[in-house]
Amino acid sequence: MPQVSMTVNGRPIKADVEGRTLLVQLLREKLGLTGTHVGCDTSQCGACVVHVDGKSAKSCTLLAAQLDGANITTIEGLAGADGKLHPMQEAFRDNHGLQCGFCTPGMVMSAVDLAKTNPNASEHEIREWLEGNICRCTGYHNIVKSIQAGAAAMQAAK
Amino acid sequence: MYDFAYHKASSVADAAAKAKGNDDAKFMAGGQTLIPTLKQRLARPSDVIDLAAIADLKSIAAGGGAVTLGAMATHASVAASADVKKAIPALAALAEGIGDPQVRNRGTVGGSVANNDPAADYPAAVLGLGATIHTDQRQIAADDFFLSVFTTALNPGELITRISFPVPEKAAYVKFPSPASRYAMIGVFVAKTAKGARVVVTGAGNGVIRIKSMEAALDKAWSAASLDGIAVSASACNGDIHGSSEYRAHLISVMAKRAVAAAG
Repeated sequence: MPQVSMTVNGRPIKADVEGRTLLVQLLREKLGLTGTHVGCDTSQCGACVVHVDGKSAKSCTLLAAQLDGANITTIEGLAGADGKLHPMQEAFRDNHGLQCGFCTPGMVMSAVDLAKTNPNASEHEIREWLEGNICRCTGYHNIVKSIQAGAAAMQAAK
Repeated sequence: MYDFAYHKASSVADAAAKAKGNDDAKFMAGGQTLIPTLKQRLARPSDVIDLAAIADLKSIAAGGGAVTLGAMATHASVAASADVKKAIPALAALAEGIGDPQVRNRGTVGGSVANNDPAADYPAAVLGLGATIHTDQRQIAADDFFLSVFTTALNPGELITRISFPVPEKAAYVKFPSPASRYAMIGVFVAKTAKGARVVVTGAGNGVIRIKSMEAALDKAWSAASLDGIAVSASACNGDIHGSSEYRAHLISVMAKRAVAAAG
């Protein structure tokens, strides 16, 4: 059974995994980080989005063994050590960017990657970027507003 | 997912050695198709050989009249490459339109081309630009590479290392995505090359196909109007719940004209 070492939310971890163990299984089942959700399990819905070496990826479509040595950030790793929410999380709260909340961890992780890649994304670019994140409650309008506000807050905090 | 033995290859030679004599081993590039396939138990490899640690497969280079993509270049890195955008903007735009941002961060050109999904985008550019596929054993011309659905000229254990795309005079790729899956219902790649016009369709049937009647018309005059009245037979197209074969055949003409117009 391969052993993997990686950094998760700034903390070094080691785990024994099977070849077939998915990153999301390692995060949820072995590390107890259940903020990352499994929605469709077919790499379409984006509820499982995390950052791998700073870039968003679907943790249901990555093998844990692939990520030996990688730096992983999950939704639990966004807020400050003092519990202060990340500006993107604040923006989702302020703009009512969620209803049931199931897709939200993936939405926020995807949005943070967008704000880093393209800080001044237009509404159209935000909607295009959300191709891989499915929400069945909101109709996306407030999610887009949240991401606009969150990206602006991230810029302002620089 | 059935279990398998996972291996990380340190070089092309190491990957080939690990696969040698084992027909049940599978190479993994970005894994964005392979992992979903494994999860659905549509494949049962004994061994998965991960190529991600082979740094020299990730290069992107332009020069000498060609753009050369390492097999492990991700869609996101091709889409963002200033060199690719300058030399063959249609190729960068095609990469930008694959899947979603998270898939583009992991999925690779080599994986897409080796998999040869009948609705994939990259095979259209490979055939449309008359690219050359370099493997660890030989070079294969695009015209000889794509054989049928999920079938290529690659031998068992043969590994794509890079793909070289000649820079065309002009080119464009336009697709009509399925509203649900976003896969190409029909995608058309057109290119005006030194060796003549090329018109390639993905999504129609058993893999990418050239439409010679449209190529001949564009060789006479490169304009969307040249394609007026050139119909593609519905018998060349699949029909399914997303669209009939007649609908797909009609889409080919529409997308081909839009692509020629977009190429300018």
